[in-house]
Amino acid sequence: MLTPNQIEARLERVLLTVQKPGRYVGGEYNAIHKNWDTIQTKVALLFPDIYDLGISNVGLKILYDQINQRDDALAERAYLPWLDFEDVMRENEIPLYALESKNPLANFDIIGITIPYETLYTNTLNALDLAGLPLKSADRGEEHPLIIAGGHTGTNPEPMHAFIDAYVVGEGEEVIHDIVEEVARSKSANESRAALLFALAQIPGVYVPSLYEVEYQDDGTVAATKPKVEGVPSRIMKRIVAKLPPPPTNFIVPNIKSVHNRATVEVMRGCTRGCRFCHAGFTTRPVRERSVEEVLDAAEKSIASTGYEELSFLSLSSSDYTGIAELVEAVNERFPDEKLSVSLPSLRIESVSLDLMEGLKKRRSAGFTLAPEAATERMRRIINKFITDEQLLTTAREIYERGWTTIKLYFMIGHPSETLEDVEAIVDLSQKVLKEGRRAIGGRAKLNLSVGTFAPKPQTPFQWVSVDTFEQINAKQDLLKKKLGRGIRLSWTEPEDTMIESFLSRGDRRLSDVILSAWKNGAKFDAWGDQRRYETWMNAFAEHDLDPTFYTHRPRRVDEIFPWEHISTAVHKKFIFRDYQQSLEGKIRVDCREQCFACGILPQFNDLRRENPGKGWMCPEVKPKKIRKMKDLSMETL
Amino acid sequence: MSEALPQKRLRIKFAKENALRYIGHLDLHHIWQRSIRRAGLPLIYSQGFHPQPKIQIASALPLGFSSRAEFVDIWISPEAEYSVEGLQKNLPEGIKVSSIEEVDLRAPALQTQGDYAEYEVTILDEIPADELDLKLASLMDAESLPREKKKKKRGKVRTFDLRTLILDLHRLPLDGENERIYMRFTAREGATGRPDMILKEMEIPIEAARVERTALVFKA
Ligand code: SF4
Repeated sequence: MLTPNQIEARLERVLLTVQKPGRYVGGEYNAIHKNWDTIQTKVALLFPDIYDLGISNVGLKILYDQINQRDDALAERAYLPWLDFEDVMRENEIPLYALESKNPLANFDIIGITIPYETLYTNTLNALDLAGLPLKSADRGEEHPLIIAGGHTGTNPEPMHAFIDAYVVGEGEEVIHDIVEEVARSKSANESRAALLFALAQIPGVYVPSLYEVEYQDDGTVAATKPKVEGVPSRIMKRIVAKLPPPPTNFIVPNIKSVHNRATVEVMRGCTRGCRFCHAGFTTRPVRERSVEEVLDAAEKSIASTGYEELSFLSLSSSDYTGIAELVEAVNERFPDEKLSVSLPSLRIESVSLDLMEGLKKRRSAGFTLAPEAATERMRRIINKFITDEQLLTTAREIYERGWTTIKLYFMIGHPSETLEDVEAIVDLSQKVLKEGRRAIGGRAKLNLSVGTFAPKPQTPFQWVSVDTFEQINAKQDLLKKKLGRGIRLSWTEPEDTMIESFLSRGDRRLSDVILSAWKNGAKFDAWGDQRRYETWMNAFAEHDLDPTFYTHRPRRVDEIFPWEHISTAVHKKFIFRDYQQSLEGKIRVDCREQCFACGILPQFNDLRRENPGKGWMCPEVKPKKIRKMKDLSMETL
Repeated sequence: MSEALPQKRLRIKFAKENALRYIGHLDLHHIWQRSIRRAGLPLIYSQGFHPQPKIQIASALPLGFSSRAEFVDIWISPEAEYSVEGLQKNLPEGIKVSSIEEVDLRAPALQTQGDYAEYEVTILDEIPADELDLKLASLMDAESLPREKKKKKRGKVRTFDLRTLILDLHRLPLDGENERIYMRFTAREGATGRPDMILKEMEIPIEAARVERTALVFKA
């Protein structure tokens, strides 16, 4: 294996032949360099896409921070090379290496890969290959690093089961320590790989696919997924942290331009709205908030430690953060430097949002994005995102009147039972919005319309439905393009992208072969429109006698056992199913902050809730255990 | 006019090395901006619709070159206190500050003040010393070296005399495995020679050399 010095020597000879060599050299401010020779457990954190995207991934920032806080472990980073550098690496036999020490990835004890979306699967294989590692878990031995993965795809890890040794389901902050400790223990005990994997499977929230097997029905659906060995849980419950730990603030500041190059503070995790299409909404419950004070402190620290001119507060729905008004006000007080721009993602469609943005206006917050998602009342009831046209138009008018010239509207086509009329309503509504703008500020008013295509996700009420066919999507997109008229800029998702996302997100174990074949035949960077190779994917399905429409266009039976049935997000399948049925009936379910619907979170995590009473959680309080005992006691003494 | 704001101008001399070799001019600008903010020095911004922090880097160093002699001028509030150490600990590891000096606010822009620059070029592949000497001598002995240069915009071609940009070229005594060349070029506005021009003459690809700017000398 090459030493870091050898890798650096080779790099020097090739870096000037590729675009943006700054991606491949590290040396950023706040990067942590620990002593390789004295530290016991070495973790390489990998984002399977290029540096420019990966450097801003919040999940990896958290893990980097958590691991490097330990004295006995180090974390370094790696990203995928862009195509030009990949060729150069292969040609010059430069293995994938970590940016801090330039050690090859194969030298680490653990490679932790974050896979937030499915179109990174082929890239993940490419990364393992560039690292010189056997792709399949079964082909790796003691001499290889342990490959763990996590991120949103953990709610259905099956398509990647053949490649990943252990998949983390849920939140990583605590479980990463358990894994590091287990690996360290196993290493010093000189344990076999099999023993380590068995031990890892005991950690709550860790799924070791090789210890489970799947039986199929004659119709190709799953009959059961069961442990192969005794002593591992038959169901893997997602891991959550009871209280959000202090957020990382010493962000690595990239030396080159990158996406979302800014300081971020996560203000809240989870969402109580219950939009039925939303994977994050159903899988990141319960809602846990940070206090305004903690958020401000973190913001202050991260700006001081990074020098960033831009600060973004992260959450699935900024408007729902309890302290949002207080936060905006406090931001202006604490950061009198007007050069700092502040952004609040995902604001609700109501005038309160405007007041919030107004508060940050002198901070050059960019355009205004509103996401009604659907344009008819029927659709809105189906997806459980209910606003009225009136609300949207009033808010839009106010936005234009208060001086913003551009609004971005976000809709989705392909919701269950959607018709062309529902799509036409998107056109009408958008035109009305622009008309409001014209009335308010004349020709300066602009409207950008972004129309995504819905891809059903596992562990959500729409896990039973099929995705639109090519014909349906084309007809809907054609209608939009034809009818929209001048003055509105439209962007959409190519149907091929939606299909790839769909079969991967609800795929089963047989997809591992398909992913491997697709990658072997050149599929990678599937998330980059211009790199997507749909034909390659279709050939890969054919090669394995599988039909992609089985995964995309087949409505699931109500009693179907899903490939992800053994993975639990704590939200009961019964609850999700009822929600799906309510959707068919056009019934709205209100925000569960107003009323708890017993989705399953509280019974599962009642101990955690009990340990963290008060406002941090949005779920109702659970009674302290002690009180009951005391009562019993007093009864006895009576 | 921004000149009306009370301010002072600092000239920072620094080295650019290691990973920072691969960071371009524009990115370097952002790095300085953030480093100065981290160091708590209040930058002065230009007036206008898109206020920009007042930072001027002396002369763009081509990608891949390291340097022991870079200069940047920054404008900050007059009462701000600074030190080499204070700034250094807020910089990425590839930038090393060697000195900070206050200069006159009315001093001309750094970009216009260059006179000449010196470089040390290490040839990474093996090359016989006499062959190297011969090549360098032929360049030095030439009366003129008319060359063409494509302008970035519109691809217009301009001719220039490379020879007039060269002040000195010679092989350095061997120290270690690789041959090294000393190069000195004019570094005046519109008349700047660079080692990659010489490497091209010698048909040595840029990635087969390690180039370091060792001095940048301003007009007296
Ligand atoms: S337990 Fe109740 S309050 Fe908590 S997320 Fe589920 S429905 Fe909402």
